[in-house]
Amino acid sequence: MLSQYAFIAIFAVIAFALPVIGLVMAWFLRPKKPNPAKNATYECGMETIGDTWVQFKAQYYLYALVFVVFDVEAIFVFPWAVAYNKLGLYALVEMVLFVFILLGGLLYAWQKKALEWH
Amino acid sequence: MQQLMFIVISAVTLISAALVVTTRSLFRSALWLILTFFGIAGLFILLHAEFLAIAQILIYVGAISTLIIFAIMLSRGVMDPNARRFNDQWGLVAGFAAVFFVLLTAIMTRVPWQTTMAPAPMAAEAIQLLGRELVTPYAIPFEVASVLLVVAMIGAIIVARERES
Amino acid sequence: MFDYIRNFFVNLGTSWTNWLNSFLPEPAVTVVNFLVIGIILVMMPVIATLTLTWMERKVIGRIQNRIGPNRVGPWGIFQAIADAVKMLVKEDIVPDGADRPVFNLAPILIAAGAALLWAVIPFGRGMVGADLNIGVIYLVAVGSITTVAVIMAGWASNNKFALIGAFRVVAQLLSYEVPMILSIAAVALIAGTMSTMGVVEAQQVPFALLMPVAFIAYFVAGSAEVGRAPFDLLEADSEIVAGYFVEYSGLKFGWFYIAEYGNLFAISAIATTLFLGGWRGPFSHEVPALGPLYFIIKTILVVFLLMWIRGTWPRFRIDQMLGFAWKVLVPATLANLLWVAVILKLPVPQLVQWVLMLGGNLLIIFIAATMLGRAAKRYAEAHNLNPASSAV
Repeated sequence: MLSQYAFIAIFAVIAFALPVIGLVMAWFLRPKKPNPAKNATYECGMETIGDTWVQFKAQYYLYALVFVVFDVEAIFVFPWAVAYNKLGLYALVEMVLFVFILLGGLLYAWQKKALEWH
Repeated sequence: MQQLMFIVISAVTLISAALVVTTRSLFRSALWLILTFFGIAGLFILLHAEFLAIAQILIYVGAISTLIIFAIMLSRGVMDPNARRFNDQWGLVAGFAAVFFVLLTAIMTRVPWQTTMAPAPMAAEAIQLLGRELVTPYAIPFEVASVLLVVAMIGAIIVARERES
Repeated sequence: MFDYIRNFFVNLGTSWTNWLNSFLPEPAVTVVNFLVIGIILVMMPVIATLTLTWMERKVIGRIQNRIGPNRVGPWGIFQAIADAVKMLVKEDIVPDGADRPVFNLAPILIAAGAALLWAVIPFGRGMVGADLNIGVIYLVAVGSITTVAVIMAGWASNNKFALIGAFRVVAQLLSYEVPMILSIAAVALIAGTMSTMGVVEAQQVPFALLMPVAFIAYFVAGSAEVGRAPFDLLEADSEIVAGYFVEYSGLKFGWFYIAEYGNLFAISAIATTLFLGGWRGPFSHEVPALGPLYFIIKTILVVFLLMWIRGTWPRFRIDQMLGFAWKVLVPATLANLLWVAVILKLPVPQLVQWVLMLGGNLLIIFIAATMLGRAAKRYAEAHNLNPASSAV
């Protein structure tokens, strides 16, 4: 089993090496003539207005949180799904219960308009 | 070979963990934290716990770290490059961390670990075994986990609603 | 001789390994093989970009009654190579105030993430980089590298369009990852395994026929994950000028572009593997060498479908897009998962189970479509729109 992951490790090294090699090659080939106007932050041809770090809405955070909850739920489903054929009816009942509790959460978020984009 | 991999992965994990707390920019700290998570996933793989490893990447790298970065972006003033690296309580926290480390080491060295383990089950069956354990002896924790997740979600929604109104 | 051709690719691999064995020790052979397979697989996104950009411009051109590229080479087939050369020799501009290390790392990370997906995609029987026991979750987990790279690119650019674009992308990636995982979970449930090879072996009938809901959800979520139309509001040129990679130029932009097309191809390949029977097809068991051919044909068909959608559908608004993920796809995929679980426990012949799965799925689609129609009507009435022109 570890040999499979040895492949993944080697593959990851190659996968990182390829873009690096490409960028190094481009570094030798491309022109390098920076000037202030060229390096300015792009904003539709105007001078930049204000700070880049505009404050973000709490909406994003809420989305991420609902996502974390469902992500964790989904990861619980997988071992259950793989073992399902070898398990009795109780496995079905437990998963139905598990999913329904979470569906309750989803309905709550829906009702409270946490899933709307303002 | 495995020993070598263990040393390399642990070194990456520890160094990036140290950088998380010492880096000046909060955003970069979050990035180092992601590398730490990858290191931990690597350690899980060395322990033949591939499901835990992939869950680590999916949940911590994919979800938790995004949540952390969103939290950073939401808070004001963190983008200040001149922000101080440590606040006034760093000494206190370091002390607590040291005490905690000593305690953990004391516990770990005293537990009579089973050193002659039975051969680990084949990986494909290990996941099935995990699934079976989850719904048989650990059925109650499994359902409680679901309740916990919902409570976390409802709590977050209530807090966010309060902020807006 | 015929036997050799019958399973050509696997036999070729065996011959190659035997040849290496004649002069190399055992561990070195493994390493060399890993390197060779790795280098072939890592080129997949690049190959996809060189071929699919040309194909896409031709297809969209035809849809819009144009000819598409036709200057470089016959039918313009070398257009992509000309573009690649241009990328390579273009000046690289790093904007003032950018966080340089992070700025440079983001394109590398996104390209690596696009390549890493190919490690577990089976091209044919016995033709897979690594047959992991957790293959199908690996595919989703590697996608989270893309999320990180996008945030890095948006943050490091010191440009508010890039930052806003990155945040929109991440919100979209997160929202559509949930229905994606849930539809994959249904596949793991029927197949009883998470290995991609095992999933293909288990598909006596393509899973798309048993669970159209999961397939459609995967397809929609997949096109959202790669930011294809109608989910391309992340790079809405007219609003946020191309989004998170607005400040990138030269080959750094090139890697984002390659990752985009690599992911497009990968998503199609994964849809083929999980739902369309992968390398299975007529006589694929007798003649395994046909497997990769079937696999590529099916994948290209899915790619074509995605291009067709891009050529004909208007762009979604962000609230519609996020609402669709949470209020339609998530409940539908959950319903599908539970329905399949119930059917698998029914003591009836397999054929009856299959029919019941399909029936339940069609019912879910019907309910979802009805509710969507009602919502659209309510929305039209609330906003005084003419229902005839705004019917979805």
